[in-house]
Amino acid sequence: MSQAVARHEASAAAVPDHPLEDLIRSDRIPHIWCPGCGIGTAFAATLSAMKGCGLDLATLCMVSGIGCSGRAAGYVKLDSFHTTHGRAIPFATGLKLGNPKLNVVVFSGDGDLFAIGGNHFIHAARRNIPLTVICLNNLNYGMTGGQAAATTPYLARTTTTPAGNHEAPFNLPLLAWASGASFVARWTILHIRELTECIQKAFLKNGFSFIEVLGPCPINYGRRNKEKPLQTLKLYQEQTIIRNHADPSDLEIDFKKKVVLGEFVDKERSTCIENYDKTCRLM
Amino acid sequence: MTGDEACAEGALAAGCRFFGGYPITPATEIAEHMSERLPEVGGTFIQMEDEIAAIASVLGAAWAGQKSMTATSGPGFSLMMENIGLAACTETPCVVVNVQRAGPSTGLPTMGAQADMMQARWGSHGDYEIIALAPSSAQEIFYQTITAFNLSERYRTPVFIMTDEIIGHMSEKVVIPAADQIRTEERPKPQGRKDRFLLYKPGPNGVAPMPAAGEGYNVHVTGLTHDEKGYPVMSIEAQEQMMTRIKTKILNNLDDIVITEAHELEDAEIVIVSYGISARTSMAAMQQARAMGLKVGFLRLITVWPFAERQIRELAQRVKAFVTVEINLGQIHLEVTRAAAGQATCHLVGHHGGAIISPDKVIAAIKEVV
Repeated sequence: MSQAVARHEASAAAVPDHPLEDLIRSDRIPHIWCPGCGIGTAFAATLSAMKGCGLDLATLCMVSGIGCSGRAAGYVKLDSFHTTHGRAIPFATGLKLGNPKLNVVVFSGDGDLFAIGGNHFIHAARRNIPLTVICLNNLNYGMTGGQAAATTPYLARTTTTPAGNHEAPFNLPLLAWASGASFVARWTILHIRELTECIQKAFLKNGFSFIEVLGPCPINYGRRNKEKPLQTLKLYQEQTIIRNHADPSDLEIDFKKKVVLGEFVDKERSTCIENYDKTCRLM
Repeated sequence: MTGDEACAEGALAAGCRFFGGYPITPATEIAEHMSERLPEVGGTFIQMEDEIAAIASVLGAAWAGQKSMTATSGPGFSLMMENIGLAACTETPCVVVNVQRAGPSTGLPTMGAQADMMQARWGSHGDYEIIALAPSSAQEIFYQTITAFNLSERYRTPVFIMTDEIIGHMSEKVVIPAADQIRTEERPKPQGRKDRFLLYKPGPNGVAPMPAAGEGYNVHVTGLTHDEKGYPVMSIEAQEQMMTRIKTKILNNLDDIVITEAHELEDAEIVIVSYGISARTSMAAMQQARAMGLKVGFLRLITVWPFAERQIRELAQRVKAFVTVEINLGQIHLEVTRAAAGQATCHLVGHHGGAIISPDKVIAAIKEVV
């Protein structure tokens, strides 16, 4: 036992510090994410973008809802808020309006942001609240064991769609675009460099930014849909196409055809805060 | 001005600088007044997409360092319950006004009631303590809103103002004192090394100091059961420690929190217990009863939650009966009955909702008890 500990300590001493060490609550590791899960990669890309974007880290806050991705706020060494299911965006709205100097990032999952929290998403985009919303889309409710989500593809199997999903999924970038988001993009966790650069860009965007990140959920989604972890990554590699400024209505997720990735919207629009100052603060 | 407007002015005087709202009769005028006044004092008003979002934004603004509030009525109050639980669990100061109307469901939107009293106490899941005040006039709602903010900051807890449609919509004379005559409180701020700071380590009064986001404390705030650092801990011990803190910070400070008003209790044989608009009915009834030579006193609950249990228990030793007057079918009446513990008889003058109770009904009840 003591030999094993000593060996472990020796090897730990030989390993250099993790490059994101200063942004991680290492006292909370190990994390809850399963082997093969995509959330950690998207989380790491988010932290790298935080370090690279040049913003004062003390002004950066992360807000999450509930679910596997919702645990991200618990691992980041910043002011971080793990709120109620679906309510990360309105909480973040209050945080941002309460102190506009803060840079607020919402990191949560597709179930949290687009089913129970869908109404809040479209309204925050409409208002153009300056927030960066990162949605890890793993096509199902992972934490509760793999139920159908508002993003589950037609005919996909989940524990609540044992015969296959009879509903149609949301096209998230289309929803964001239609709601008025200033910045809209989609990447997969395989496109780590593009994703990191994109998040960095979103942090510096003055307006409502939305990034959908496709990530595998091998335990709950992959297993039931005969998709091995590596196969999902192969789909991300072979069945995607990068097309910036693509028509948002062409962004449905169907890996039998090509899934479009890229930056789709990047426009200037005055924010909720700017407009409030202009119309309501007449001093 | 109306009670709703006086509430908004009280909030501004208390230092409230964020209001997240959603329109609902009969609380809308609070939001309307705040939308006009907040930008004048450097604050922010936002009309959210629903009451769930309204209370969530209020919690966010509280962690940004602002004194923040929302105002609603029954249906909206129901929608807010989940995040009120988050506020209790994360010890987030905020003020929620419920201008009560008759329920259940959509009920009588334009007509008053006091039937959300138990919802205020137990509306969110789990055990927790809550503070609720019940003003009886437009002038009082002004002052009680200030008290609500002060208590909320002092104890890091959500505080309710349980008013009703009648006070909300009634126009009365309200005197607003000069700013230097108003005592406002700020939440205790942490001191010492930021890296050693514990978000939930209680101070001398059982309440932990609270930093704002952006101040460099790297706080973690979660609705999961958490330790003093704020980190989630899934254990029975952590649950016990957290629950004990949330409860005792209120229960150990009852003398500071529970405000009551005693009228002619010295020789009273029958004591009317009431709050909010029904306190005015009760005051009139007590005066009429005294004029008839009946030994009737009146205990007004200004703080409804936590309940004035000690006061009722002590009175029960020496009075014959309690008559509780409220516009519901016996919510606080059952609390009085519980606290009286069989030492005095307990009677209800209730109402199904939609109107104030006439003093005649109270007199009739007193005569029956005598």
